[in-house]
Amino acid sequence: MVLGFQGFYSLSRFGSDAFLGPMVGLSLVKELGPVLSALMVTGRAGSAITAEIGIMRISEQVDALELMGLNPYRYLIVPNLLAVVISMPLLTAIFDVVGIFGGYLIGVKLLGVSAGTYFGEMASYVDMKDIMEGIYKSLTFGVIIIWVCCYKGFYTGIFTGFGAEGVSKATTQAVVMSSVLILVWDYVMTSLLF
Amino acid sequence: MIKIDGLYKLFDGKDVLRGVSLGVRKGEVIALIGGSGSGKSVFLKHVVGLMKPDRGRVIVDGMDMSTLRGRGLTSLRDRLGFLFQGGALFDSMTVFENVAFPLKEKTKLNDDLIRERVFNELEHVGLSGSEYKYPSQISGGMVKRAALARALVTDPEIMLFDEPTTGLDPVIGAAILNLIDSCHKRLSFTGIIVTHEIPKVFDIVDRVAMLHEGIIWADDTPEKLMSSSEPIVRAFVGESANSSIRHQSGNTVVRG
Repeated sequence: MVLGFQGFYSLSRFGSDAFLGPMVGLSLVKELGPVLSALMVTGRAGSAITAEIGIMRISEQVDALELMGLNPYRYLIVPNLLAVVISMPLLTAIFDVVGIFGGYLIGVKLLGVSAGTYFGEMASYVDMKDIMEGIYKSLTFGVIIIWVCCYKGFYTGIFTGFGAEGVSKATTQAVVMSSVLILVWDYVMTSLLF
Repeated sequence: MIKIDGLYKLFDGKDVLRGVSLGVRKGEVIALIGGSGSGKSVFLKHVVGLMKPDRGRVIVDGMDMSTLRGRGLTSLRDRLGFLFQGGALFDSMTVFENVAFPLKEKTKLNDDLIRERVFNELEHVGLSGSEYKYPSQISGGMVKRAALARALVTDPEIMLFDEPTTGLDPVIGAAILNLIDSCHKRLSFTGIIVTHEIPKVFDIVDRVAMLHEGIIWADDTPEKLMSSSEPIVRAFVGESANSSIRHQSGNTVVRG
């Protein structure tokens, strides 16, 4: 919705407000959708994963798994990785759809751009390649989130100290590191897929 | 069955273990005693391969735990049971699910057989009626008993106990030791009990080893250790026994 307002303001200065639809669509599917979804998943699920594995680590539950002759990576990382590979593209798609609808509410219902122009121009300028670029990005962001958050959880105690404070530090580090890596990797991906 | 030869471990420049050597014969249960921070738990973690020694060897049933990896390590661990100091129950699972977990993951038993074995094991440790409670809903003693049931449900050949009675009151502590003894009689496992429970633990073990200053300072039968004239052993065993007597007699000082 903010994108709708800002886009309309910028485009109307050049008499190009008809391109609000493509601007909102391209910004969302290529950048904002995957990046903001990934940052939200980091805060919501990534932190929970680090805290859960961290608590299991300091209370020796991970050691217990190992001593049962079971591979802790299989039990603690693989399910999270599969979940994120399935959910990240879906969440990104939902984010894109909701964002495009928000842009429609502002651009069409509030600022008077015609609905046909908004969606018609969007359909003309947003290709499947653009959508897939966002989906590929979301998948790689998901892998980054799981990689960093599981790693931080597994090594709670070694790098961050034991106890509740150790788990708290590990969780903070996981969220910060994931967020920064997502932004850096977004730049790399954008450069490669440009 | 278990042979530890010249085990060294250094933490932050401090020698925790300085050439520990100890042997445990098949079917034998020994108690490992020593002051707090003397490296007993570290020693136990080397025996199960959770820690790797800086030097020395840990031989379990002819296999060197310090070099064992992959399937070899997994198959050896299938024959081990470990009772953690804090229980290490999976806190998102009920007591039943915790005890059933190794059976579900490591055996091909059907659900009915698993259920039967879990209920039997929980009955042995006196936890009938608590099957569907979560670890956070039961007392410390019950957590230890549930953890013991989980460790024993796969009928391990070797059992290691890391301070099984720490944090429990003397009555529950004695009950846990009796439970370990009855489980040993039932399953005939080879065992190492790391404990401060002196002299109670002496009733259920074949030998007692004392870890002091990073080495096995004394290794003998409970009777001989109790009558030892070695000053450090005397100080540790005698004082522990006295404090136990004082505790049991309701803080009435009984010296001897």
